[in-house]
Amino acid sequence: MAVPGPKARLWLWRLAAWTAGLAPLLWLGARVLQSRLGANPVEFLEHRAGDWSLRLLLATLAMTPLRRLTGWSEPIRVRRLLGLWAFFWICLHFAIYLTFDLEGSPAALAKDLVKRTYITIGFAAWLLLLPLAITSTQGWQRRLKRRWAQLHQLVYAAALLGVLHYLWLVKADLREPLLYLAILVVLLGWRLPWRGILRGHSPPRRTT
Amino acid sequence: MLIRILPPHALRESEVTPESIYLNRRRFLGGLGAGAAALALPLAAGAAEAPGAALAPLKVGTRREQAGGEKVSDFDTVSTYNNFYEFGTDKDDPARNAHTLHTRPWTVVVDGECEAPGRVDIDTLLAGGLEERIYRHRCVEAWSIVVPWVGLPLGGFLKRYKPTSNARYVAFETLYDPKQMPDTRYGVLDWPYLEGLRIDEAMHPLTMLTVGMYGKVLPNQNGAPLRLTVPWKYGFKSIKSIVRIRFVATQPPTTWNRMAAREYGFYSNVNPHVDHPRWSQAKERRLGELFKRDTLMFNGYPEVASLYGGMDLKKNY
Repeated sequence: MAVPGPKARLWLWRLAAWTAGLAPLLWLGARVLQSRLGANPVEFLEHRAGDWSLRLLLATLAMTPLRRLTGWSEPIRVRRLLGLWAFFWICLHFAIYLTFDLEGSPAALAKDLVKRTYITIGFAAWLLLLPLAITSTQGWQRRLKRRWAQLHQLVYAAALLGVLHYLWLVKADLREPLLYLAILVVLLGWRLPWRGILRGHSPPRRTT
Repeated sequence: MLIRILPPHALRESEVTPESIYLNRRRFLGGLGAGAAALALPLAAGAAEAPGAALAPLKVGTRREQAGGEKVSDFDTVSTYNNFYEFGTDKDDPARNAHTLHTRPWTVVVDGECEAPGRVDIDTLLAGGLEERIYRHRCVEAWSIVVPWVGLPLGGFLKRYKPTSNARYVAFETLYDPKQMPDTRYGVLDWPYLEGLRIDEAMHPLTMLTVGMYGKVLPNQNGAPLRLTVPWKYGFKSIKSIVRIRFVATQPPTTWNRMAAREYGFYSNVNPHVDHPRWSQAKERRLGELFKRDTLMFNGYPEVASLYGGMDLKKNY
């Protein structure tokens, strides 16, 4: 088989990114139609939406290291798509909680935000990602220039808060949230300027 | 001619498993497992028609509805969604994994501060005097079910062993066997699982030693062959698959309390006014319902309030 050309390669990467975001939605939709959501359907949907939020957020954060390690340009060109899908899943997760756990009551939300640290943390993560989703268009990218890249570094904090949110609500079995944390630590740790740190002088500024 | 009249539980010589098969039972079971895997799809379809069909029915005397007329949960719900960490920490893990638990032979040791310590075989307990009680069951995780349990009042059972005046608490212990309980290999909790009640809580007429549900023996995942049912306390107090009951003088250690004392107290009475440090206990989701409902004080069993007269339930959570 012939090696796909650059256009075909980008098309394949886009297809993969759409699949990563959309396939879980189709899978959940099929289970809703077949009433195969287990004994606690609300919890099932809420937790699966939370899972895919974190997975897609981590996938988004993996694109830069992937590009640097392989030299391919495609990971960077599907990064925004993956990020928007992650945001979609976080919105779905939040909407299920608002609708079924709080029955849409703003007072109940306010109470949870004040009293429940894991809710505060999760909400903060969503709030941090909101401006990133809004400014994800090319128009905003042009308008904000250098600030755009600075603004979008908020994704690091959002991912950390997202994983902490998961870690904080688990009762005893921390294995799964710790796995997410480990992946996040690798992805963020990879971004640190290790050469500079190891040589003991300040790193050269990297242009994004 | 000698006519031997066998008690109903006695085994005939012909029913005894030959030693060679007994010794090879794991290989035999392995073969069964492979066969079962091949049959899994049609079997699952059959199970959907008659859930729990394989469980032995129990002879039930009196039946008491003690859940305020609330709708009983589906057997399917109760048997596929619960916590039994010895078989995994997801709610559907116990139903998938607890088939490795062997509930025969099974004896329970009763000892400690009592005049007549002893042991009792599960089949003796199943033989008679069973009653059905329909209770609400409320998990500390804010979900709940309504279950027709089958069993006997714990108080009457305990009195057979003549507890002394030193017996101020009762300690309970779950089986701990990593061969049967694969998830105990992970240090998620300290095994064996331990629970305890104050003696007056144990003697309260609501407290049940439970051997079945829905008119049949307990499915493994629900704590077969023998568990506790304490309907006014959070579900984790109702310890499963009990092998030992001990009368003790001082408050015994309990698993979740040792794990996180700030979050799980010894008493753990259902109380909508005392939140878990990380989440609210004011509401609960009744499985089968979409929206949450208000949690009732003592899970709707106000008759137990007198056990806690003069106690600050915010401190003694």
